[in-house]
Amino acid sequence: MFYSPVITNAAEAATDDRMHLFRYVEDPEQHKIETYEAHDGYVAWKKAVNGMSPEAVIEEVKKSGLRGRGGAGFPAGVKWGFVPKDSSKPRYLCCNADESEPGTCKDRVIMERDPHAVIEGMAIAAYAVGCHLMFVYIRGEFNHCIERMEAAKEEAYARGHLGKNIYGSGYDLDMVVHTGGGAYICGEETALLNSLEGERGMSRIRPPFPAVEGLYACPTVVNNVETLATVPHIINRGGDWYRSMGTKKSTGTKIFSLSGHVKRPGNYEVEMGFSLKKLIYDPAYGDGILGGKKLKGVIPGGASTPLLTPDMIDVNLDYESLVEAGSMLGSGAVIVFHEETCIVWVILRLIHFFRHESCGKCTPCREGTGWLEQIIRRIEQGLGKPGDIELIEEICGNILGRTICPLGDAAVMPIQSAIKHWRDEWQYHIDHKTCLVKSNYEFR
Amino acid sequence: MILTEESTKQMREKASQYPQRKSAILPALTIAYRQVGHLNNDIYKEISRVIGVPHVEVAEAATFYTLFPKQPVGKYLIQVCHNISCALLGADSLVTYLEEKLDIKKGETTPDNLFTLITVECLGSCATAPMMQINQDYYENLTREKVDGILEELKAKA
Repeated sequence: MFYSPVITNAAEAATDDRMHLFRYVEDPEQHKIETYEAHDGYVAWKKAVNGMSPEAVIEEVKKSGLRGRGGAGFPAGVKWGFVPKDSSKPRYLCCNADESEPGTCKDRVIMERDPHAVIEGMAIAAYAVGCHLMFVYIRGEFNHCIERMEAAKEEAYARGHLGKNIYGSGYDLDMVVHTGGGAYICGEETALLNSLEGERGMSRIRPPFPAVEGLYACPTVVNNVETLATVPHIINRGGDWYRSMGTKKSTGTKIFSLSGHVKRPGNYEVEMGFSLKKLIYDPAYGDGILGGKKLKGVIPGGASTPLLTPDMIDVNLDYESLVEAGSMLGSGAVIVFHEETCIVWVILRLIHFFRHESCGKCTPCREGTGWLEQIIRRIEQGLGKPGDIELIEEICGNILGRTICPLGDAAVMPIQSAIKHWRDEWQYHIDHKTCLVKSNYEFR
Repeated sequence: MILTEESTKQMREKASQYPQRKSAILPALTIAYRQVGHLNNDIYKEISRVIGVPHVEVAEAATFYTLFPKQPVGKYLIQVCHNISCALLGADSLVTYLEEKLDIKKGETTPDNLFTLITVECLGSCATAPMMQINQDYYENLTREKVDGILEELKAKA
């Protein structure tokens, strides 16, 4: 019995040698250290700390082509390489487990069901950058994950995977499980660091980048849960094995969280470059649209990414293909909605969220998201005025690229794409004071 | 003192794990919230003494984070996710259903102080929508029948 009843494709992963993140996630004992060790757990950590130089670890991860799974897609090995070798300050590693991009629910499954994979990946990353105290920043609502990660940490200490002089290597490594306070912005790495320091979770101006001046003004690496959980497999099987999967520039596998109007919402680990259409319609994954209705749109990478129309979904799920299609891979959260969905209503949900989560530091984002919500809400309520669409576009243009962190851009991009693709529907809403489509969002 | 000895012990233990004590503010707020059910200025003062950071710094951080209610709430805090994935699968009608069942409006607490109903942003449970969190626990793939059962169970426990 699992805490979360979410569907995964673990059965497929168990028989397909390429899949590794989800291989054991349907094993109810996997969170226990005995089971994890029996499944070759901590072998990579032992190999790294006892037999590899930190540089060799970084090289292997660079070779794998692994890119950040939190949303930005920055190469993990390159990020680690930015940490200065000659710094006299302590170095820190933070695992970003503040999963809160709407549509994303993958890190939660990894932490709940395979917490040692996260710890092992963190340990290897910590060793690669010379860190002796590492943190996992888990969003405060994930009580079950917090418990699981705390328990796994205790087990790892008890078995000598963490602590002093690990496996007789002379390397010391400690770990702290830190919990957040329900702020989406803390998933942005500089806000996360402020939050971890006990400050309000507001973004910092870069440079300096965290690799040079991060936590407590010391060199710091921040990586997503899924990124770190991948690392042990790369150390075990080699960077060449990892880059043999996926596409040339988007290597490996990725977990996609599929939600909204599909018959089988769930978390699916597939190779990078997998077909979006197949993810939505194949019976092994989404199994098509609820109630046999027609697809209206897809948000392919979490609430921050531009929307796609049905004629755009013949696209592969990798960083490059989605950019080419006018959107982004983001965190891999695919949100699907069918024909009985009002586009203004969808965008109102999103802008309400971004207005609520704006930290308030940058004026364009703080004020702009508030104005956008007001205008979009009045359109949705049938009180739209002529010129509102142009006003929205103008405000969007004054937010995009004018804020310290990407939250401002994230708020704007879905709106701009929704107006571009469904402009007639927005205009109809303003002219007729009501939705163009008959919508029904009743729960069962 | 509002904080129990157990809570203060946990806070001190947590504070000892960080290179800087200020980092323990958020964990301490979490510990206090779990014990009391909400936070207020008296609690910030106590936390400040326990972990040894200025009161203003605790208050400054606490007021940023929405996870912690700043006024008393019912024994069970029902938090319905109304973000996009849940909304597509009927989060609004779930809220209406709860309002009718509990005979309160969103944001209110039942007269017996048992239930407070609020909506929250994405809880990272999108593929099992619609969902809600009650105190520390998630309830996923909700249906009317499930909601009825959950409320009955909580009432029986109270």
